[in-house]
Parts: sequence; structure tokens; C-alpha cells
Amino acid sequence: MKLLWRYTVYHFRSQLEYRVSFWLTTLGQFLVPFVSFAGMALLFRQFGTLEQWTLSDVALLYGVTQLAFAFNELFIRGFDSFSSLVVSGEFDRLLVRPRNMVLQVLGSKQDFTRFGRLVQSTIVFVWAIANASFQWTFLKGVCLALMVFGGMGIFAALFMGFATLSFWTIKGLEVVNLFTDGGREMAQYPLTIYPKAIQRFFTFAVPFFVVNALPLFFLTDVPGYEAAIYAFVPLIGFLALVPAYFIWNYGVRHYQSTGS
Amino acid sequence: MIEIEDLSKAFQVARKKEGTWFGRTWETVRALEEMTFSVGRGEIVGYIGPNGAGKSTTIKIMSGILVPTSGRCEIMGLTPWKDRVAHVRNIGVVFGQRTQLWWDLPVSDSFLLLKDIYRIPENSFREQLEWLVEALGLEALLTFPVRQLSLGQRMRCELAAALLHRPSILFLDEPTIGLDAVSKIAVRKIVKKVCAEQQVTVLLTTHDMNDIEALAERVILIGKGRKLYDGGLNALKARYVHTKRITAEYAGEGEALLSALESAGCRLISSDAGRLTMDVDLEVTGVAEVIQRLTSHLNISDISVDAPAIDDVIVRLYEELAL
Repeated sequence: MKLLWRYTVYHFRSQLEYRVSFWLTTLGQFLVPFVSFAGMALLFRQFGTLEQWTLSDVALLYGVTQLAFAFNELFIRGFDSFSSLVVSGEFDRLLVRPRNMVLQVLGSKQDFTRFGRLVQSTIVFVWAIANASFQWTFLKGVCLALMVFGGMGIFAALFMGFATLSFWTIKGLEVVNLFTDGGREMAQYPLTIYPKAIQRFFTFAVPFFVVNALPLFFLTDVPGYEAAIYAFVPLIGFLALVPAYFIWNYGVRHYQSTGS
Repeated sequence: MIEIEDLSKAFQVARKKEGTWFGRTWETVRALEEMTFSVGRGEIVGYIGPNGAGKSTTIKIMSGILVPTSGRCEIMGLTPWKDRVAHVRNIGVVFGQRTQLWWDLPVSDSFLLLKDIYRIPENSFREQLEWLVEALGLEALLTFPVRQLSLGQRMRCELAAALLHRPSILFLDEPTIGLDAVSKIAVRKIVKKVCAEQQVTVLLTTHDMNDIEALAERVILIGKGRKLYDGGLNALKARYVHTKRITAEYAGEGEALLSALESAGCRLISSDAGRLTMDVDLEVTGVAEVIQRLTSHLNISDISVDAPAIDDVIVRLYEELAL
């Protein structure tokens, strides 16, 4: 933990060496998702609701998803840009150090310009909480927090799982963005609005459903979803890290036997 | 210290089939074949060979990055790829082409990070850092961000970084690559000093034969994954050096003489404006004889005899072994 903190401080200081570039990128990271949220708000002003969901419901999911994603891009960046670590040979350097590989990859890169995105999503998040279409209870608060954490778990698992691909192929990883960026864009809305096939995909292949529609049913008191158990469903998102970790370890072992 | 026995490494490499779009055939590349050697404590060994000979494969196996196909490798009683975490505490690695320092931060910050990575106790860290700063002359460099250092200064810091955790073994992969002459000499001096005073075992790969000459008493020469020579540097020279080089400045008409000498065991390297360079094959003729013929036919103003540099020895060796 102490080591990870030092990594974090160093990354922050390194990036502040280039102040203008840092602040401009941060501003960009703030504005770009803001535009997408503004578009969302305009549509709701025109049409009122989306299925049964109001703007504040959707804004809540938007906040959850963007927060989870921004957190990952900031702190799990090492896995997101893992291919460069392999290409540059820096991964070899990590292997000759007496520390856990996951920890070292986490420490290899952190991107504080994502702070812009984090701030932006926090603003939307807080607004959505204040303007909720339903009554808050303690359990609902817990549920919301778990949604954010579960979302972080899913994104982290995606980053980690796909980072493993870098051991086999360096190019053509654009398909990965379909899952990460695509998942983020989709999960900003309640997944119930999509066709069944897409819903199934985001339930079983990538379990966004458990941090998205399902807990939202609980929050908005949809009949049949009032049981307290639904408040803890987002925890399943964390389980995604288990297969991701095994895939990752398999990749490291493959790398050690092939080099490349 | 280092025990390597019958170490082999084969890679499967995909080759595209000609005339097809997706057809691929798999080819086995034997990067290392039945490599066997051992290195004792405090030795400095030059590990040399042409590109693609298997040098970096060996280093990667020994540092726990790669798992070999077969064979045994024990370093201080540990098998690198099985006990990676325990093993890498014993080694330090310098990759000449890459840095492990933080580009935008002062050098001392990189050292502090390494202290945390290796969990070096405060006292031990202070003591070792002090020693290294003194030995490597880093005093003035510590507060500068790495990007502002010259390559030579940076390499000194790299060495310090690799030695902070007091490794017993140091792998140096092309430590002088890209350095100017002065920095190269400085780096060699430092390596020598550190190894002597801290009893560090060094395995050095390089393409600069001057590194080897300055540092290593023993060389291991490999080619195509196999060991070709293992022994003293001087013995290598004695075994493969059959020529001496004569350089002379002269006045007079020498063409007839030179062509006569060429058919008698001499190889003319260059000859213009009264200056000639030739290699004498010692198995055919003697240096004294050639000099005598030169002086009796030409008006020699200056003459020198040199043994060929180790570079030439290696080039000749490669040719001879068809690497």
C-alpha cells in the first residue's frame, strides 16, 4: 500500500512537470463527457421519460458508470495501456523485481488528467442524488455505493482481461474498446431499453446488468424488486475480477515461456 | 554462484505460407542449445556473441523473465523461474537501452522508490546509497530530473539503482552502448571498483570489445545458441591471433615489393601517399623478415607493429566458425 501510494505521488508529480498540457487535458476530460450528458438532458427535456425512467434515474446510472470508469482510467491505467509496457520491454523490468506483478502494473501508469472526468461525473452524480425520483433510505445509499464499486470491479476486470491479449498480439486491439468504451456508453442508460440480445450480453458476458438495471429497480421501488438482497447485487461485479485475474496469470506464464 | 547445465530454449515462430492469405507454418527456433557453464563468486565474465546468438535469451532465463524449455539453472541455490521473487532480490539488472529511473523526477526519488520496492531497511539503504554516491560520483546529480542528465551521467545512476539492494549478482546488458569515449572509461572503472569492493559477480554482455578487455578476465563466446569458447581472454587471443599488423611510412617505389610480399603471407590493407598498412600471417612468415625486406628496399621513416584488437579477433572468429 505504501508502495502504491509512492507510485501515485510520483505519477502526479511527473505529470505536473508539464503543467499547461496537464491542465488542458484535464479540462478536456471534464468537458467531453459533459457534452454527452448535456445531450442526454436535452433529449429528456423534449421527451420527458425513457420507458419508465426519468432524467434523474438515468443521470444516476450515468454518474455511477462514469465514476467507475474514470476511477479505472486514473488508477488502473497500467492495464489499460498495458500493450505499451510489453512493447517497450518495460514488462521485463517488472519481472526482475521482487514484487507482485499486478501491483507493479498498477504502479506503472496512472493518469491524473482523468481527474477532469472524475469531477464531472461527481457533479452529475450529486445532482442525480439530490433530484432523485424516489425516497432515499439507508439501504438505498449502501446500494448506490456498491453500484459504483461494482462498476469499478467490472471495468477493472475488463481492462485486466484485455491487457492479457497484449501477450499474444500487439496490434488490432481496437476491438477491446468495444467492451470498455462501448460498455461505458451503453451502461450510462438503463440496460432495459436495449434489445434482449444486448441485455443478455451485458448480463452474462460482461455483467454490467448487476450494477445497472437490477439495482436501479431496487432504488426506484419497482414492484418485485423491493427485497434487500437486490441492494447487494452490485457486489457480483467484483466477482468479474476473479476470472480476469486467472486469465491475466495465464498470460504472464505464457509470456515467460515464449518471450516475444 | 551460477550453475547452468544443458539449458535449452526453443521458440515457436509463425511463418506465413507463401501464396496463401491465412496459411501459417510453425517453425522452431532454437535460441539456446544445451548451454552449460558456471560462474564463481566475484568473477566478471564477458558473455559475447553476434546478434541473435542467444545472449539475451540466457540473461532473461537467468533473471527469471523466461522459462527455459529444458535444462537446469541454479543461481545461489534458487531456480529463477520457480522462485522468481526470492531470486530477483539477489540480482541487479542494467539494460543499457532502457532506463529504470523516472524521467521527470530527481534521481533521488527513483532511488527512494526502489527502496520501497525492495523493502530495503532504512540503515542499509542510507549506508549503501552513501557508498554508491561516493564511488560513482553522484553527489551533484541526485537533485536533477533524469531527463536533464547526459547519457553517461544517467548510466552511472542506473548502475547505482541496480546496486541499491546489494545484489550478489549483476547482469549488465550493453552498459556502455551509445556512450562517448570518456563516459565509457568512467563506467568501466566504476564497474570494476564496485565488483572488487562489494564482491559482486558480474555477467556482462556487450558488443564493445574494449569493455571486455577492460573488465573481464574470462569470456564465454556463444553462437547460434551454443557455447563456442569459455576461458581466459588472453588464451582466446593466443588461439586465434595469427597475424600482426605492420604500419610503415616510407619513400620510394614499393609496388613490386608489395606484390612480392603479398604472395609471401602478407595482406595489404592500405597503401597510399607513402604510408602502408599490412597484416602479416605468422604461420607463413615472420615479422622480422618482413621488416627486413621492407627496410632493404624502401626508405622507411617510421614503422610500428601491433597485435590486432580483440574486435578483429572476434570478427575473424565469427568468420571461421561461420556464424
